[in-house]
Amino acid sequence: MPMVYSSILDWVNFPDIMANPYYPFETYNLPYDISQKLWEIIGGTIAWLINLLFPGNPVSEWLVCDMTVNFFALIIFMIVVFLVVFIGILISLWEERKVLGRTMDRRGTMVGMKGFLQCVADGFKTFMKEDTQPRKVDRMTYMWTVSLVIGTSMLIACMIPLSDRWYVVNYNTGLLLIMGLFALAPFFILVSGWSQNNKYSLIGGMRAAEMMISYEIPMLILIATACLMAGTFNIGGIVQAQYDTMPYFIPQCIGFVTFFVCANAEAERTPFDLAEAESELVEGWQTEYAGMKWGLIMLADYMRGYVSCAMITILYLGGWNLPFIGDLNNYVPELVFLLKTWLVFFAMIIVRAALPRVRTDQILNLGWKVFMPLSIINLVIVLLLKMGGVF
Amino acid sequence: MMADDNSEQTKTAGQMPAMKPVVDVAAETAKMETDKMWVIMGPQHPFSHGLWTLKIKVDGEIVTDAEPIVGYLHRGWEKEAENRPYPKIIPMADRLCYAASMTYTHLYCMTVEKALGIDPPDKAKYIMIIADEINRLQSHLMWLAAVGTDLGNFTVFLWAMREREYWMDMNVRLCGARMTTNYPRIGGVRNDTPELFDRDIIRCTEHFEKAVWDIIGLIDDSSIYVSRMKNTGILTPEQCANLGITGPALRGTGVDFDLRRDDPYSNYDQIDFDVPVLKQGDSYARYMVRVEEMLQSCKIIKQAMAKVRALGKNAPYRLKVPSNVPAGRHFAKLEDPRGESMMYLISDGTDKPYRLKVRSPIFVNVSASRELCMGCRIADVPAIMAMIDMCLGETDR
Repeated sequence: MPMVYSSILDWVNFPDIMANPYYPFETYNLPYDISQKLWEIIGGTIAWLINLLFPGNPVSEWLVCDMTVNFFALIIFMIVVFLVVFIGILISLWEERKVLGRTMDRRGTMVGMKGFLQCVADGFKTFMKEDTQPRKVDRMTYMWTVSLVIGTSMLIACMIPLSDRWYVVNYNTGLLLIMGLFALAPFFILVSGWSQNNKYSLIGGMRAAEMMISYEIPMLILIATACLMAGTFNIGGIVQAQYDTMPYFIPQCIGFVTFFVCANAEAERTPFDLAEAESELVEGWQTEYAGMKWGLIMLADYMRGYVSCAMITILYLGGWNLPFIGDLNNYVPELVFLLKTWLVFFAMIIVRAALPRVRTDQILNLGWKVFMPLSIINLVIVLLLKMGGVF
Repeated sequence: MMADDNSEQTKTAGQMPAMKPVVDVAAETAKMETDKMWVIMGPQHPFSHGLWTLKIKVDGEIVTDAEPIVGYLHRGWEKEAENRPYPKIIPMADRLCYAASMTYTHLYCMTVEKALGIDPPDKAKYIMIIADEINRLQSHLMWLAAVGTDLGNFTVFLWAMREREYWMDMNVRLCGARMTTNYPRIGGVRNDTPELFDRDIIRCTEHFEKAVWDIIGLIDDSSIYVSRMKNTGILTPEQCANLGITGPALRGTGVDFDLRRDDPYSNYDQIDFDVPVLKQGDSYARYMVRVEEMLQSCKIIKQAMAKVRALGKNAPYRLKVPSNVPAGRHFAKLEDPRGESMMYLISDGTDKPYRLKVRSPIFVNVSASRELCMGCRIADVPAIMAMIDMCLGETDR
C-alpha cells in the first residue's frame, strides 16, 4: 500500500546524506550535500506535481528514492564544482587584467563591475566569431588535440580540492593523478602544431615538447619531496601535515621558489610562453585556431595557471588552513584556499609584468643546470630534517 | 654549417670503438632527411614594425640564412617631389619618417638652403637643434617601446610610450602638431618658440632624466633581458664599413663617428655633448648607445634652449627666400636617430627640383640582416631586428 502524500513538504525532507546507501564518498562532501539538497527540492517538486495529477504513482516514488537522488545529485555535483572553479578562474582572469593594467600605468578592463564583465563580453565575442578552419589541416587531429588540451585542463582544474569537504576524488594517490593529467598537454600541443600545416605552429609545438623535458623533472622531484615530508600522497594528508607542523615554504624555501618558477613554465605563462611566443611565432601552436576554439584555449591557459597556483598553495602554503586560528578554520576553508591561490597568482602576474620571454636554449639550461640541482638540494635538506626527527 | 656539424659528429662517434651501440647514431643521422625550411616573417607579422618581410631559413631553431624584402610601402616619393614647387615638398618630407618627422624636413630645408647659398639665422638653427633632439628622443622612445614587445614584455612598451607622450606635448607646444609637424622652412623655421616654451622644455627634460631610469632599470636589472641581448647579432667595424651601416649600430661596434660632432650642421659645433661609443658590437651595445644618446639629447636641448634665450625675443628666425633655385647639384647630410640620412638635389633653375634623391639609413642597415641573423635562434630574430629600429616610411619612400 503506497503512502499518500499530501504536500511538497512530504517529499522534501533533507535527510542525512551519509545515510544514503549509495553515497559515493567516504567522508562528508559539501558540494555533494548542496547537490543532493537541490535535487530534493527539484525532484520533490516534480514528484509532488505528478502526484497531484496521479496520486500514488510509482514515478513520484522513483524520483525521490535513494538511488535516483544519488544519480541526479552527482550530475548537479559536477555542475556545482565546475561553476565554482569557473568563477574562480574568471576572477583570476579579471585580477590579471587589473593588476597588469595598474603595473603598466593604465586602468585595465573597465566594462561593468570594475571590469569583471569584460570576461563575459570576451566570451560572447569569441562565441559569436566565425569559426574558420584552414583548408589543408589534418582535421581530426586538429580538432581532437585542442579538445584534449581544453578537456584535461578543465578536468584537473575541477579535481583540485578546495578543502577537505570540497573535493571530487579523495584517495591516496590523488596528487599523482593530478600531476599526470597536468603534464599531458604538451603532447597534444606537439601533435596539434604538427597537424596545422603551418610553420609557426610546427615550431611552437616543438618548443612545447622541448620545454616540457626541462621543467617537468625538477617539478616532479619537488612534489616527491613535499610528499616525503608529509609522508603521504594524499592532498588532504599533505595539508593536514602542514597544519600539524608548519607550512612547507619555511623549511623548503628553495623548493618553494623553484616550484614557483616551474609552475610558471607548466602553465606556459610569460617568461616561459615559448610555445606561443607572439613576437616571433605570431601565436605559436594556436595560430590556426579561431573563434570559440581560441577562446577555449585561452580559458584552458588560465585553468592551467589556476592549477599551478593551487598546487603551490597545497604543497607549500598550507592549503585551506590558516595557522594560529584553530577551529575557525572550519568555517570557510574553501574561501581561504581560493584567496591563497589568487595571492600566488598575483605573484605570477607581477612576474609577467616584469620579465621578457626567455629563449629555448636558456630554459633548457635553467631546467637542467639550475632547477635540477636546486630541487635535489631541497630533497637533501628534507631528508636531513626527516632523519633528524624534526618532521 | 650543417655539413661541418655532421662531420664532427661522425668523428667523435668514430673515436669510441669500445662501445658498440645498438643504434649507430651517426649512420642514422646521415640517413635522416633533415630539411631546412624558409619561414616568412611578414609583411603582416608582430615583429615587423611596418610592412616588410624577413625571410629566414631555419634548421630547427637555428637561422642559417636571412633575406629582407622591402618595398611594400613604396609610394613614389622622389617622383612626386619632382612635380612640386620647393616649399610644397616640406609637408611631404614630414611623411618620410613617422617617428622622427622633423629630421627629414630639416634635412630637406638644409639641402635647398645649400642650393640657394643662404645661411639661416642663428636662432632658427638653435630652434632646429631643439626640434631635432625632441624628435630623436621620440624616435628612440618608440624604439625602446618596440624592444619591450619584441622581447615579450608589455610593461616597457607602455612605460616608454608614456614618456614619449611628454615629448609629443613639446612638439605640440612648438609647432601645434604631434607627428607630422610641417615646422621647418627654407631659410628658417615657421614660428618663434612660443611663450613659456623654455620653462616647459626644461621641466620636461628634467622629468625625463629621472623617469627614463624606471624603464632602463626594468631592462638592465633583469638578467633575462640582458642575456637575450648580449652576444647576439654581432657586427664588426669592417662589416659595418662594407655594408654601409651608420648611426647607433655603427657606434655600437666601436667606431667613434657622429655627424653632429664630426661634420657639424646647424650650429651643433657650438654645443658641448658626448658621443656614446661601445665596442662589443652586439644588440646590447646598440641598446646602450641609444639609451646614452637619449640622455645626451637632454643635455643638448638644455644648452640650445639657453642659446635661444640669450639671443632674445626679437632675433630673426626666418629669411625671405626666392622661389626659384639656381641650377646645380647639391648634397646635405644629417644625423638621423637611425643613422646618416642624406639628400641629393639636382636643380634646373625652375621652382621645382629636377631630381631629389633620399638616402635612408634604414634601407642600408636592413640589408645587413643576413649578417646579423646568421647562426642565431628564431627567438633572437625580433630582438636583433629591433635594434635596427625599422621605419618603413623612409625605407620604401
